Amino acid sequence: MNAGGATDRKQSLCGKWFAVALLLLIAVLLLSAAAPEKHLSVYSTAANYSLPIVERDGHDYVGLLELLEPLGTVSAKSEPPRWRLHYNNVLAEFAVGSTRARVQGRDAVLPTKFLLENGRGLVPVSSLASILPRILGGPVTVHEESGRLFVGSVATHFTASVSPDDSSRLVFHFTSPVNPTVATEPGKIYLTFNHEPVTSPASATLTFASKAIPSATYSESNGAARITVNSTIPLLANFSNDGQTITLAPVKSQPASTAVGPSAPTPPPANPAAQLPASGPPLPVSRRYFAIVDASHGGNDRGEALSASLAEKDVTLAFAHWLRQELESRGLSTLVLRDSDVTLSFDERAAAANTAHAAVYIALHAASSGHGVRLYTTLLPYSVDYDNGPFRVWTTAQQSSVPLSQATVASVATALKKDEINVRSLTAPLRPLNNVITAAIAVEIAPPASDISALVSPAYQQLVTSAVADGISAIRSQLGATP
Amino acid sequence: MIPRSLVIAISVLLLAVLGMGFYAWHMRGRAAAVPVVATDMRPVVAPVAGPTEAVTLFVAYDDLGVLRAQSARIPMPSVRQQRAEELLRALIALYLDKSSPHPLPPGADIRGIYLVDPGLAVVDINAAFADGHRSGVLAEELTVASFIQTLAANVPGILRVKILVEGKERETLAGHADLSNFFDVSAVNQLTSQLQATQ
Repeated sequence: MNAGGATDRKQSLCGKWFAVALLLLIAVLLLSAAAPEKHLSVYSTAANYSLPIVERDGHDYVGLLELLEPLGTVSAKSEPPRWRLHYNNVLAEFAVGSTRARVQGRDAVLPTKFLLENGRGLVPVSSLASILPRILGGPVTVHEESGRLFVGSVATHFTASVSPDDSSRLVFHFTSPVNPTVATEPGKIYLTFNHEPVTSPASATLTFASKAIPSATYSESNGAARITVNSTIPLLANFSNDGQTITLAPVKSQPASTAVGPSAPTPPPANPAAQLPASGPPLPVSRRYFAIVDASHGGNDRGEALSASLAEKDVTLAFAHWLRQELESRGLSTLVLRDSDVTLSFDERAAAANTAHAAVYIALHAASSGHGVRLYTTLLPYSVDYDNGPFRVWTTAQQSSVPLSQATVASVATALKKDEINVRSLTAPLRPLNNVITAAIAVEIAPPASDISALVSPAYQQLVTSAVADGISAIRSQLGATP
Repeated sequence: MIPRSLVIAISVLLLAVLGMGFYAWHMRGRAAAVPVVATDMRPVVAPVAGPTEAVTLFVAYDDLGVLRAQSARIPMPSVRQQRAEELLRALIALYLDKSSPHPLPPGADIRGIYLVDPGLAVVDINAAFADGHRSGVLAEELTVASFIQTLAANVPGILRVKILVEGKERETLAGHADLSNFFDVSAVNQLTSQLQATQ
């Protein structure tokens, strides 16, 4: 009997240890699966963009070439163990696996060793504050903990105060136009700035003499800034002063259709639960960008394998950065929809384009076959109900904008031909063009001749994007939006 | 003392063993030198008996990125659904040929075509077709337009087409051409006109 009891106790103990180990394993798996991808957001006068941060040996690293690419003319040469980088007229030299470097002939010491992976030079994020000013020749501010980097004096500051005549209204004034993502939950409203260089006020916590809105806090994390407003009543965000003023005011009953515009379609819900009304009020959206440039593919979706080492998703991102620069140099404010190596679904891309209310949506693709540039408008799918009153069918939301999209393609084709770039205009069953409510085109860029490496040549990228920007600029009045 | 005859017999047997060993080694070397013939993955299509009929195939040409109408004579059954299958199989056979103007991956095939009134054709392709298809907006739309236009030109009454992969809906053919929606045959007809014009 005693022996049997001991065996039972042993079995019971083993079972408990097994259960604890299993729970620990599940917890570790859940935690590792939930870890979000880290980003470094870069703000400069040339462009605002974000890059993926990779972790090596417990330290955060970022690709130096990718970081500098949108800021100027940059090239890199790998001659192991040396890695040389030219930025405009500045030469920086790094030794693979070493913390020693030379920038403009002066020695520099990195906090952790320099890494070279598949030709990509990776530098520790903690070294950017010391090496970037030497390379760029100007001041650089790095918020290392939150992954934000400011090149020059580009920061956007803000003030927040309760309206003197109505204590339930909170007014934010920003020094530059902003377009945050607005989200609500009971008792809180979040303004998240993913693309703007918004910086902290003097104190991270702001208190107000208002029972309705007692306080707000400022925080930064993973390349974004966030203002959290605590409130005791539901609030609605209103944008004014060309995006430089945001007023949070109590919700007044109004037709839902006026909040987001009667014709802005939203993606079909993935599950029935998604059809439930949001807990917060509908969010107004102001027009902020003239053009939305969408670097197709990204993250897990590599697109076409253009060569053994060249993925379509990387080429489209490089072209997107160039196109933004070219459009903005013509006074057309531009948002790059996929600004880093992340996975975005077609529905997410279309929803972002529709809610931004931009004048034109441009999807970028790259191809190894053929030569020159192919321009596409949507080949609408079969549908019997194009007219649903104020609402649009998600799959044919583009229907009423097809003539404008075709006019945009014609204008861009003319500009490309003027620059002697081989061009062809077609329709294509290509999502998310059919889901976008505004003028929407796709640009598929093939090499000028048989050499596929031309797709990564800055000269070719600039030639094509400059012509595309000329075409968009030529039709700006017809697209009917103020930049 | 071992008898002399036994010594001779054992010697002869040993020589025979060595000789056969050498011959086997030589043959093994020759066999290794002969290249293994690639497995022909082309689908084996049941031969269709009966008279041939003139049909129009819309064939994709990658070099110029165009579709060309091409006449062919293939055995065509009388049942509408089987006619549709034969048409697309003829097209696939063309694309799987060595001198294909628009190569499809080895093993590409259609699993079936279902004609549902009014005017719907459901084309079910196999996984090898979609998984191995080249990626690219033009490359994919050439395939889609070639199939749909060939069906519409030879099987009257088709207004819309749905393409499935292994019986299931797939978002795109190879990252670009949208397969999640129904193709409008009249819109594909216009696309074909665009694709028939060279650059």
